[in-house]
Amino acid sequence: MRGERNTRFFSRLWMALVFGFLYLPIVSLVVYSFTDSSVPNVWGGFSLRWYQALAMDSDLKEGLWLSLKIATSTATAAVILGSLAAASLHRFPHFFGRTLFSGMVSAPLVMPEVIVGLSLLLMLVSLQRLLGVPERGMVTIWLGHLLVGMAYATVVIQARLRDLNPQLEEAAQDLGAKPWQVFFLVTIPMIAQALLSAWLLTFTLSLDDVVLSAFLSGPGATTMPLVIFSRARLGLNPSVNAIATVVVVIVAIGVSIASYMLAQKERRRSREIAAAQRFK
Amino acid sequence: MTGTWKPGSRAAVIGVPFFWLTVFFLLPFMLVLRISLAQMDGALVTPLLTFSEEVLTVRIHLTSFVQLVTDDLYFATYLVSVKYALITAVICLAIGYPFAYFMSRSEHRWQPALLMGVMLPFWTSFLIRVYAWKSLLEPNGWVGAPIHASGIDEVLAFLGMIASPEQLMYSPFSLVLGMVYTYLPFMVLPLYATLSKMDLRLIEAAQDLGATPWQAFWRITVPLSKSGIVAGFMLVFIPCVGEYVIPELLGGPETLMIGRVLWDEFFSNNDWPMASAVAVVMILVIIVPIAIFGRNQDHAQEAS
Repeated sequence: MRGERNTRFFSRLWMALVFGFLYLPIVSLVVYSFTDSSVPNVWGGFSLRWYQALAMDSDLKEGLWLSLKIATSTATAAVILGSLAAASLHRFPHFFGRTLFSGMVSAPLVMPEVIVGLSLLLMLVSLQRLLGVPERGMVTIWLGHLLVGMAYATVVIQARLRDLNPQLEEAAQDLGAKPWQVFFLVTIPMIAQALLSAWLLTFTLSLDDVVLSAFLSGPGATTMPLVIFSRARLGLNPSVNAIATVVVVIVAIGVSIASYMLAQKERRRSREIAAAQRFK
Repeated sequence: MTGTWKPGSRAAVIGVPFFWLTVFFLLPFMLVLRISLAQMDGALVTPLLTFSEEVLTVRIHLTSFVQLVTDDLYFATYLVSVKYALITAVICLAIGYPFAYFMSRSEHRWQPALLMGVMLPFWTSFLIRVYAWKSLLEPNGWVGAPIHASGIDEVLAFLGMIASPEQLMYSPFSLVLGMVYTYLPFMVLPLYATLSKMDLRLIEAAQDLGATPWQAFWRITVPLSKSGIVAGFMLVFIPCVGEYVIPELLGGPETLMIGRVLWDEFFSNNDWPMASAVAVVMILVIIVPIAIFGRNQDHAQEAS
């Protein structure tokens, strides 16, 4: 039994080390955002000066605002397009060009971002020469994010559709529901969790993206990651720590609200299942 | 299946995303291919087809590709990219496999929390987390100071991972560290997925038949988790080849990677055909790993 205890000790140690590795940078960012020194890795006592600096920093604030706008519209559009794509692949096993379609849906997942960015930009520039639109800026960044976000959304939603019990939809139809009623009253509520995860995932991806935004942005459309990236390239910058902490807090709140809602829903569902089984 | 979709709505469900992807993914892609076969002509690229005096001319310039092959810089850069992507994937596997294994064998009620713990860093900006390593690796940073104090810096310098013991940043070491850090969850998640689905009775059976735990691990557990290993490896390797942000923030002069070359060709040299040719060859480099990954996913799906 000593071997087993050693194994358990080793497994705990390994997991602790890996979690330490994963969380160390986040912890250090948050800690040093409160330092009173102008070098962000020297502890000079507690202060909020970098948050004050952040409040005055119009580049970062405007960048954050623009990024939030793009991320929200990206996530919403990606979930809609992703649902359609996932439904096509799930519902219709045969249609013209299905192989091409499924390849195109998943390709942006593995394609290096520099290539996606370059190809979209070349097309938009050519289009602009022909038609005069679109101007490079928020909309073009949104297009790029949507392309990648849609791929992620499709994967998440498709996985959930695969796990669904098709009998529930058939039952609804047998009871007289029209296809769109089945979709909105049966399918959507059952995949709501996947839709929410897909939305959150694409939102974060968009909020975080540097490469696509750099290719597709125009004058006056500098997203928050672009501001951070250009400052981080030059060296350490304490206001980056402050904005990082703000982002970490926003995300932490968002994720906890989402997981609380999902847990509630799960609990309600298992209660309902238990209640239904009592009537058997 | 739910059969009575009207043909109109069926066409809309398929058509909208299909059209979207054709316009914004396939078409741009074709354009890259086409531009890679052109030359810059002022601010424009040379046309592929010209028609004059009843002669239709197709003009394919192979200039960019010839330059790619003959200029050693490009070849060396592709090699460097593949090399660091491979090193990163191997280290991720070495760290991630035991981790995913222990995770899948820990108490069931803890597993969702552990999984959440792996995913949570995903939700905070990757850019900011990579940036954080810059200050951690400074000589007085949380990671840099212990490395210098313990003499590991000498070992790293001896291995050629850093140029001199004083400087951890902007080196192959900091680059690989940043990439391992960023892509580790992509290794852990597919590994955990296969390991947690595994039928533990197989291991009991092996041990009943006289295998030591170590033998059972190598001859049962590892082969059964092959699809997770392949998936994780490819999910780390493929994006690392084209990585731009991490080498830019943490890498140094000797870690010039192909993503940066593409970027420079486009933004600094304004050479669209060259940037496109670099992209086309990059796709050729990763197409085999992508195919392996795709096949592996199909097999895994059939098996489940």
